[in-house]
Amino acid sequence: MATSTTRMLTGNKAMAEAIAQEMERDERVFVLGEDVGVYGGIFGSTEGLYARFGPGRVRDTPISETGFIGAAIGAAAEGMRPIAELMFVDFHGVCMDQIYNHMAKIHYMSGGQVKLPMVLMTAVGGGYNDAAQHSQTLYASFAHLPGMKVVAPSTPYDLKGMMISAIRDDNPVVFMFHKSLQGLGWMTQLDASVGHVPQAPYTVPLGKAKVVREGTDVTIVAIQMMTHAALEAAQRLEADGVSAEVVDLRSLVPLDKETILNSVRKTHRLLVVDEDYRSYGMSAEVAAVAAEEALHDLDAPIRRLAVPDVPIPYSRPLEQFVIPNAQHVYEAVIGLVRQ
Amino acid sequence: MYETMVKIRYYEESMVQAYAEGKQPVFNIGAGPVPGEMHLAAGQEPAAVGICAHLRREDTVTAPHRPHHHAIAKGVDLRWMTAEIFGKETGLGKGKGGHMHLFDPAVKFSCGGIVAAGVPHAVGAALAAQMQGKDWVAVAFIGEGAANAGAFHEALNLAALWKLPVIVVIEDNAYGISVPKQASTAVASNDLRASAYGIPGTRVADNDVVAMYTASEQAVKRARAGEGPSIIEIETYRYLGHFQGDPELYRDKAEVPALRERDPIDRLQAHLTENGVSASVLEELAARARAEVDDAYRFARDSAYPPAEAALADVFDA
Ligand SMILES: Cc1ncc(C[n+]2csc(CCOP(=O)(O)OP(=O)(O)O)c2C)c(N)n1
Repeated sequence: MATSTTRMLTGNKAMAEAIAQEMERDERVFVLGEDVGVYGGIFGSTEGLYARFGPGRVRDTPISETGFIGAAIGAAAEGMRPIAELMFVDFHGVCMDQIYNHMAKIHYMSGGQVKLPMVLMTAVGGGYNDAAQHSQTLYASFAHLPGMKVVAPSTPYDLKGMMISAIRDDNPVVFMFHKSLQGLGWMTQLDASVGHVPQAPYTVPLGKAKVVREGTDVTIVAIQMMTHAALEAAQRLEADGVSAEVVDLRSLVPLDKETILNSVRKTHRLLVVDEDYRSYGMSAEVAAVAAEEALHDLDAPIRRLAVPDVPIPYSRPLEQFVIPNAQHVYEAVIGLVRQ
Repeated sequence: MYETMVKIRYYEESMVQAYAEGKQPVFNIGAGPVPGEMHLAAGQEPAAVGICAHLRREDTVTAPHRPHHHAIAKGVDLRWMTAEIFGKETGLGKGKGGHMHLFDPAVKFSCGGIVAAGVPHAVGAALAAQMQGKDWVAVAFIGEGAANAGAFHEALNLAALWKLPVIVVIEDNAYGISVPKQASTAVASNDLRASAYGIPGTRVADNDVVAMYTASEQAVKRARAGEGPSIIEIETYRYLGHFQGDPELYRDKAEVPALRERDPIDRLQAHLTENGVSASVLEELAARARAEVDDAYRFARDSAYPPAEAALADVFDA
């Protein structure tokens, strides 16, 4: 069918469609969070669900993150399959105990007896000057603690497929979606925020990275928005005669070491690009994996590009300076291949 | 109070204009001289003005994500505040903080983007005052939605336990973004919650600045006298969306025009006129307020952006 191969959706609609199809399929699936009802989620992740499923299964909550995320945990333990939205990842501080100490650990502490089949979805990312408490990515803060899967899709196709996988997974999954990739009318319209999304439900496996561009001279491992920066840089590098391979990590936990290592063994150079803070983060993790298992395949020291360990500043020139972009990636790769 | 009310309203109206620049015809939150989210408080002036009239420079105020009216009422430097919102080097935080993160230690004002986080901070300021033997008070402003957050309850319990000079002012504008108050709490009004901590709670009806002034006077006196914390909830009106660009699909289009009929500035003006204040005096006050605001916007626009590398400074004290 022509329509099923060409249908284009924005990131937010892809997510909402995934949730709707799973709610349709499985009565135990429900959504709760701030402004997920009539508003459809501040970042559109629940658009249309309230009209379709009503207030019983699409529940607006008070500003009580500890309460409602904890309640999602309690409901999941009873066999429901809740999807809780933490509006901005930056707010995780007020409810992290429920996430770190309970959602992530109950399965383990119960010796595997208690399952928590829930999704915690949350918006990440900067680039529109929303400053220090509303622009973080915080991938590593979640990836660091064992017991929850953590994903960060970068295309509408993956947003849908990984959301379906997350809902069907019997483990707690932290689903981090990037505001700029939601395709919302009130943000800069990026080509990357619209993409081909099949109508019929499908899954994209959790824990599998994707080589989104093949190359031979350097591997760029990127997360979410940085994948698009890397792709843009790779295109420009081609004009300079540098062939860059781009790996979209997609899943932070479990980490797909194999795809990273295969690529590094092929290109012999590695740049990791992360929109999170530089130190103690995913970029260090990926670099360590490559250093531990493919050090002798490397022709140059590994390089990392990330936010330089400062809170995200508000003023435009300052924000543009700290968040990596295609130009930064381009320069880092040039530095790497000239070494 | 009249002058401050007019100043706040004119400040917010000017911000509506400034924020729209560069965002037309296509609205893009990241475009124009004032990017990022913008939460304005037109209509909510009485809460801030009524209580700040009793405050001194040494008293602490913490405000939430919608902070301009509190900042202006507390006497935050208008030029530096505006420059901060424009992301300029001359801003209160050298352009690093932005509209939700204004800090003016000179008048002991701060605000932040995490709902209810200012309540424990005010409790801490009150604790410091108590420990230092000062008669200073701390006021935390929050919205009615924030009264459902854990930080609010934990902080109030502490404040009551230690009899701290803190006042929590709850601005009940009926919504937490799109969620109406009735859908976020089963408690009829938040002054009732005071009884859970064994402290006084008052509710001010109908966005009335004079009633707010009176209720605040008692709370501030009590706090200064070492008699402990209290809660004041005020019924107030948010004329604009939760943030600029909010489609406001959650409320009836007729709601705001009806609220504007009861505008608190018009009502204060009528009250003053009835009490013999002449129209020319009121106009003089208003003109002075507008001139100050215009000057602040001019200063902000004329200021330079910080150099990009400045982003790396101020993480730690040198
Ligand atoms: C801990 C936390 N949760 C959620 C948010 C997102 N948020 C910002 S303002 C807001 C609504 C606040 O409502 P209310 O306290 O009534 O204040 P109002 O906006 O009405 O002035 C929400 C949910 C936040 N900033 N911090």
